[in-house]
Amino acid sequence: MQIPYNETARPDTGLFNAKLGLWLFLASEVMLFGALFSTYVLLRVGAPVWPHGYTILNVPLATLNTVVLISSSVTMVMSWASLMMKNFGKFRLYLGLTILMGMAFLVVKTFEYKAKFVHYGVTLHDGTEIVGHIEEEAEDHVVMLPDMKDGVQPSPVHIERAQIKRLTNFGPWYSTFLAIYFTLTGLHVLHVIGGLVVNIYLWGPGAKMWKTEPTRFTNRIEVAGLYWHFVDLVWIFLFPVLYLL
Amino acid sequence: MEMHAEEVKKHVKVYITVFVALLFLTIVTVAVSYLHLSVGVAIAVALLIASIKATLVGGYFMHLISEKKLIYATLILTVVFFIVLMVIPVSHALDPIRYNH
Repeated sequence: MQIPYNETARPDTGLFNAKLGLWLFLASEVMLFGALFSTYVLLRVGAPVWPHGYTILNVPLATLNTVVLISSSVTMVMSWASLMMKNFGKFRLYLGLTILMGMAFLVVKTFEYKAKFVHYGVTLHDGTEIVGHIEEEAEDHVVMLPDMKDGVQPSPVHIERAQIKRLTNFGPWYSTFLAIYFTLTGLHVLHVIGGLVVNIYLWGPGAKMWKTEPTRFTNRIEVAGLYWHFVDLVWIFLFPVLYLL
Repeated sequence: MEMHAEEVKKHVKVYITVFVALLFLTIVTVAVSYLHLSVGVAIAVALLIASIKATLVGGYFMHLISEKKLIYATLILTVVFFIVLMVIPVSHALDPIRYNH
């Protein structure tokens, strides 16, 4: 069976079907991320105190990831442009670079996440709070190396377990800020993974379509690109909102 | 978008220009964060820069600058609902009674 309007535009919409479908999907994605951004604003305005993202998160790594994702967006659109110019070799190169940069984004994100899970905050019964890394953990005590303050590394602190009210790493459970940070960036990471799966398919086995139905394949790359640019667009807002404000 | 190879060649130059602009704006947004402006100003500046970047990505990479009416209509509807989503928490913040508790 021939699927209609996957190469030429449908007369009433002026679009090939996949493009309209993808845009409708992106509209639903705007609402999904919008709901979470709305949640972020509500949590922030309702909180008595809200940390600056840069005091908890790694801004240089996130800046690097922003550059990586923006670059991958350019290579994505260049891969489509290469197909429009009938240059399949360049298409493969640019889409390959897009995939590699998508993977690089995930690697950097993994380092960022891992750093949070080995970073600890301890609250003592007398109200004292210490933030740092655990050097030693025993049944009756822990030894913590507090974070550097004004370029000075404080000495390790010996803490008896009996003094501890709360000891937890910087996972989503640590604070409302980290809960919404992991939710928003986690959902974004899932979208990056989804985009990578599609792009790898189109770079590999899916590319066979270029020989039989070049226009349809070019359209596929265009809509895959629309999705990838949307993932980039979400990050453009996530980066300042979570890391810089 | 209906385009021919010659047109695409011209577009490639635009893509590179947009890429440079996006990198520049990324540097600006990070640099501004080091100025430690008051929260209100910082939010306004950061969201303004992010919106410019989003417009560039949407306009040129996603070709929204020359799209069909149906896509514009879909997006206008999306924007309306998105604004509603954002107004809910903001209106909560502006509620004066909230501060009397």
